[in-house]
Amino acid sequence: MLKQVLISTAGFLFATAVSLSPAMAGGEAEVLHWWTSGGEAAALKVLKDDFAGNGGTWKDMPVAGGGGDAAMQTLKARVVAGDPPTAAQIKGPSIQEWDDEGVVGPPYHVDAVAKAQNWDSLLSAQVANHMKCDGFTKYCAAPVNIHRIDWFWANKKVLDAHGLTMPTSWDEFNAAASKLQAAGIIPLAHGSQPWQDATVFEAVALGVGGNEFYQKAIVELNMDALSGATMVKVFDQMRTLQGFTDEGAPGRDWNVATGMVMEGKAAFQIMGDWAKGEFTNAGLKPGIDYYCLPTPSDHGYLYNVDSFIFYSMDGKSKIEGQKLLGSLMMGKNFQKVFNLYKGSIPARLDVPMDEFDMCAKGSAADLNYSAMTGGLQPSFAHGMALRLAQKGAIQDVVTEHFNSNMSSHEATRRLAQAVKASL
Amino acid sequence: MFYWLQKNLPRIVISPSFAVILWFVYGFIIWTFYVSFTKSKMLPRYDFWGIQQHFRLWSNMRWYTAVENLLIFTVLFVVLCILIGILLAILLDQKIRTEGFLRTIYLYPMALSFIVTGTAWKWILNPTLGIQKLFRDLGFTDFTFDWLVNREMSIYTIVIAAVWQSSGFVMALFLAGLRSVDDEIIKAAKIDGAGLYSIYITIILPMLRPVFMSSIVILIHISIKSYDLVIALTAGGPGTSSDMPAVFMTQMAFHRSEIGMASASAVMMFLTVLAIIVPYLYSELRRQDASR
Repeated sequence: MLKQVLISTAGFLFATAVSLSPAMAGGEAEVLHWWTSGGEAAALKVLKDDFAGNGGTWKDMPVAGGGGDAAMQTLKARVVAGDPPTAAQIKGPSIQEWDDEGVVGPPYHVDAVAKAQNWDSLLSAQVANHMKCDGFTKYCAAPVNIHRIDWFWANKKVLDAHGLTMPTSWDEFNAAASKLQAAGIIPLAHGSQPWQDATVFEAVALGVGGNEFYQKAIVELNMDALSGATMVKVFDQMRTLQGFTDEGAPGRDWNVATGMVMEGKAAFQIMGDWAKGEFTNAGLKPGIDYYCLPTPSDHGYLYNVDSFIFYSMDGKSKIEGQKLLGSLMMGKNFQKVFNLYKGSIPARLDVPMDEFDMCAKGSAADLNYSAMTGGLQPSFAHGMALRLAQKGAIQDVVTEHFNSNMSSHEATRRLAQAVKASL
Repeated sequence: MFYWLQKNLPRIVISPSFAVILWFVYGFIIWTFYVSFTKSKMLPRYDFWGIQQHFRLWSNMRWYTAVENLLIFTVLFVVLCILIGILLAILLDQKIRTEGFLRTIYLYPMALSFIVTGTAWKWILNPTLGIQKLFRDLGFTDFTFDWLVNREMSIYTIVIAAVWQSSGFVMALFLAGLRSVDDEIIKAAKIDGAGLYSIYITIILPMLRPVFMSSIVILIHISIKSYDLVIALTAGGPGTSSDMPAVFMTQMAFHRSEIGMASASAVMMFLTVLAIIVPYLYSELRRQDASR
């Protein structure tokens, strides 16, 4: 027995040693990510296989747990030690925040690939801007998908049973929710974790306040907008929504809330399109068993783009690996297959959508329309609109308001104060 | 040569760990102090910025919540753990038959990590899953026990779980202390006509002073460091109502790009520990000197 174990261990070590031996032409890449579960892991495997197929050596660096919290600690330690991974799952203004620390570039190796493949023409201008460093001039990150945040997920059977249709305004939603509540159904399935409160808040801010208000208050942090009358209205609606949640909401995980909608215990959930995976896994069909429609707004669209940042690298093999990785991430095939697994839509604009489901198709169509009308806005709750300190400051106030009986005026006052202190 | 080695071997053996501790503990304490006086955001930077970070820390609402919660938690946690620990120890010390078995049961929660404790209590205290639902299903439809989701009460749920976890350990400390009390003293007191209650209150417990001191120090440092239990049980919620300094610090350092402010809060935690440990060490060392 012991002998067997020893032999197999030795065999394993040998095999590992062989597979870790220096790379061939394609270079090497070490990728830090936290996509370790189910569909996300399957989605990432597509990239791994692609990379290996092109002669590269992929060194996986998954750091599981906490939606990336553990990964951030590892990442910072590695970067401070002067040994950053080839690429890491970093998105939004954090990309520029890392660049400010001087660890991304120059020389921004991936920019050459981006110029050669003309990423500017493959991405919408807004998404492309997120990927650029050095004063938004050079590509230093690659996007892999676009999640939409401002979705209503609703149980169709429950709505039908009460003669309701999907609401097209917040007032309509409030009326429908009151009716459902009277009938003993939880109108809004919610988990009051800070990020979920923030997710609902931004959907409300975009809907109640409008695109321009969202842009001014949340993206530009304009003090007048942050402390104005519109913000008070936004918090009023948040308070109304709080009344539509159940007692068990604080601390509940988002997928448990999604489960409540699927079972018909609750009617609606406001959540990004990763919620679709839960419905799909349960064998439910969009349009038949559940609705996936945007929360009421003036053709607004809150996006969350997952991307990988490319740190400054030394050594030919590592630089080669980084360039290959960048070009594969933007590859048509990867963008399609990855997003079919993940439930989001491709960041590349020219990927055919016919294999996607109706939620994703709707999302892609809305994206293009919103981009033209100014409704395309970055999600603050998911780290696309603001740097971490400001995002955190707003989130604190939002979650404090939602989980207490703080007045809307008080919340508005604190919001402006917290943002000012965090700048 | 051999003589030299014999004389210095203990020092040689101990010096690597001494050097490591000097660097990784005391070196990093000094480093953290310095970083708290810099403008560090996402990564540490070393340009001096005065006490701005401390100023920002003390104007942050969440920090006040965290400090207040730490006070509530520490006082309740230490007092309850010691009370329950003493009570259990005294009861177990009555020469009962199944002592070994009972002792194991009471000590067992200590074998669990705070994460497990927190998760288990999260389910037990959840109003739609745990105690409240149980009683409502039994017919007490008005029964309400919603501390976990009530922002005024959420910090007390952390106290409950922490006391459940740690009082067995305190019991073990006191049991050991009780066993070391000389039987003759108790017999003498009994002959003098003292009741069991007054024997414990006036004779035995005062003799256990060192046990009190060590349990208090151990419990206080557990409470200042408490992070995993809060994360598992309430994650600081509802809202930020059950925030604790350690949670605040981790959030600022790793999620908020506020390493400077996080260091400032770490310095505050360190000073709190110092304020407790230094007088304790001072008094203990003085007692040792006096008894020499």
